[in-house]
Amino acid sequence: MKYEVLVEVRLRPGIADPQGATIERALPALGFDGVDAVRVGKAIRLSIEAPDESTARHRATEVADRLLANPVIEESGISVLGSASGALSGTGTTDHATGAR
Amino acid sequence: MAGRIAVVVFPGSNCEHDVVRAIDIVGPGDVDASLVWHSDRSLSGYDAVVLPGGFAHGDYLRPGAIARFSPVMDAVAKFAADGGPVVGICNGFQVLTEAGLLPGALQKNRGLRFLCTAVEVEVSSNRSALTGNLEAGARLRIPINHFEGNYTADRATLDRLRAEDRIVLRYVDNPNGSLDDIAGVCNEEGNVVGLMPHPERACDPMTGLVDGMGLIRSLVDAARRRAKLTA
Repeated sequence: MKYEVLVEVRLRPGIADPQGATIERALPALGFDGVDAVRVGKAIRLSIEAPDESTARHRATEVADRLLANPVIEESGISVLGSASGALSGTGTTDHATGAR
Repeated sequence: MAGRIAVVVFPGSNCEHDVVRAIDIVGPGDVDASLVWHSDRSLSGYDAVVLPGGFAHGDYLRPGAIARFSPVMDAVAKFAADGGPVVGICNGFQVLTEAGLLPGALQKNRGLRFLCTAVEVEVSSNRSALTGNLEAGARLRIPINHFEGNYTADRATLDRLRAEDRIVLRYVDNPNGSLDDIAGVCNEEGNVVGLMPHPERACDPMTGLVDGMGLIRSLVDAARRRAKLTA
């Protein structure tokens, strides 16, 4: 079965985010007041061949740990968006603090 | 040859010839630098290794994130563990941190500007393969050329780097937001060094800057010592 997976890579809390800060500073000039806590990350979509959803999620976590996120500054969240059959148990996003590689 | 230095070329490296030329200028005659392609698995016969600047694998995902899995990196890790001098310049520094051979990470510059200018750096420690010939406190004018040079590490790592005298170079006037003005760090033994400035671009009077020569000369001497040790 093919599972569509979304890996969200974001900076760990407390790590300075110059891109997020720049966007945040630009917003009031466009009339968007009251928007804060802007953090820039990456969204990476994968299709994973796996016998079941939990295996697909586990494999995506390994991919995120090994390559997609740098544990020194980043963490990742895994969402299984769908499968080839369309049926999902619907466990939602798993937040995941990446470990040492 | 009294010493052989490998300059690793990844797809997208662009400072490898500058490094070879700088070594030729500083260590003429007895120390030879040659290019090693990133898919080579052996560094046998070399006495020092340089990971040069550039944009290895297009800097896709993160600078160094793909390059750290290049076949040559296993050999670099082994060479480093065996005490061999390894220097990562700019993109090479990013590769070394991604590979876990040096602590910390390089983030986008504060102010989100690509910086291409000469800056003043101060030698903070001379117990590294790249600063062995210099005095702590010496000031050098060296070019920087990067977008992701903002050194970051957690508090415990920074405390350790300070306590173990592993901050090799500091910016005099911090250009990119680096933690504690850090421009370069080394491992515990001092044989693995990473720095954002480009000493190889400051080794020829024709370019107007020559302060990189002391750094490259330290590396060349480290290669000579290693060659004697392993002869």
